[in-house]
Amino acid sequence: MSEISTESSGGKKGKKKSKKVSTRIDFTPMVDLGFLLITFFMLTTTMIKPQTMEIAMPSKDKVPEEEQTKVKASRAITIILEKNNEVYYYEGTRENDIDPKVNKTDFSASGIREFLIKRNYDVMVKVEELNKEKARTEMKQEEYDKRKNEIIADKKAPIVLIKATNDASYRNLVDILDEMAICNIGRYAIVDITEYDIELLKSVTI
Amino acid sequence: MPKVKVQRKSTAIDMTAMCDVAFLLLTFFMLTSNFTQKEPIQVSTPSSISEIKIPETDIMTILVENSGKVFFGLDGQPERKEMLKNMGELYSIEFTEKEYKDFSLINIFGVPIEQMKNFLSLKPSDRDLKENALGIPADSLNNQFKSWVKAARLAEPKARIAIKADQGTPYPVIKNLMNSLQDLNENRYNLITSLEQNPDKLKTSE
Repeated sequence: MSEISTESSGGKKGKKKSKKVSTRIDFTPMVDLGFLLITFFMLTTTMIKPQTMEIAMPSKDKVPEEEQTKVKASRAITIILEKNNEVYYYEGTRENDIDPKVNKTDFSASGIREFLIKRNYDVMVKVEELNKEKARTEMKQEEYDKRKNEIIADKKAPIVLIKATNDASYRNLVDILDEMAICNIGRYAIVDITEYDIELLKSVTI
Repeated sequence: MPKVKVQRKSTAIDMTAMCDVAFLLLTFFMLTSNFTQKEPIQVSTPSSISEIKIPETDIMTILVENSGKVFFGLDGQPERKEMLKNMGELYSIEFTEKEYKDFSLINIFGVPIEQMKNFLSLKPSDRDLKENALGIPADSLNNQFKSWVKAARLAEPKARIAIKADQGTPYPVIKNLMNSLQDLNENRYNLITSLEQNPDKLKTSE
């Protein structure tokens, strides 16, 4: 392999000729070394930074009664996460001694997402228009975020209460938070499940 | 007829170009790499459409195994030392200088504080053993997890909290952690997820 030339320096007439050594070096070992190091770095690196979901929980400080924001019953949607990835939801609350109708669904695109999109259709359309506008014009990210937040904070948009039973898994929680992002739900909260909800669930599951 | 002479070519290839490529790639990997952090347990995070990247520095990692064991880690060696000092004061345990040093090299740990001394005296290779991954007690009777977060917050006031939980973790475990964080007035945190494609939103509604 090596290419060190073997020029015959057969001395003609005894003239002292300095031996010409080729400057070419065999690079093969260096390439080997290079690729070895590449392999090492490739195996030890994490190229992708993990994704994260930001979540803000309410603080524990007690808010005085008059400052509490009351959720209008017509805007409220309660989603209950059950075992085996089951999702139950109902709209509004108990009114005139009539329990709200509890529906059963799942995490597929035609499940809870379809329902939320239907309820939040006006906001969805507006956000879609904003997305198109962003693609067309060179809108700055800050402006986009600002306008999106304005749309999402719509006064008629639904407010979602997420309640998880003890049988739900962490994945269900992340999935439902994801649906909130997909369906552009501006206001949602993770709330502890109440006795009333458990009773309601029982009436459906049996 | 004269014989057709097959011209013999030298099999030696010029390796210089290949060497260039190898080292170019090597440089790339060296510059972009951040080494995979060793974690005592493997968790598979749930996927979400969120595309926010997590910052690399100033991070408190809470690792939750699906059995409910909790592990804790803080970024930065001086901060870790400071955190252990705070913890030692709280539980009145004296640590030696060597133990501080050993502790500051541990990325993520999961041992009750009573066994911390014992844990630190182990060989680094033994620390990763299954039987040493005990988890930090986080129940309401003995909530050391809360103390760790508090100690970490004192050591690094601007650290962000990231929860990295297995997707099969039961909800009560997560709820307990969230309640502990809420007690400490830590209301903003990140949930680490893996990437999932954002579905075409309006199409699904049609």
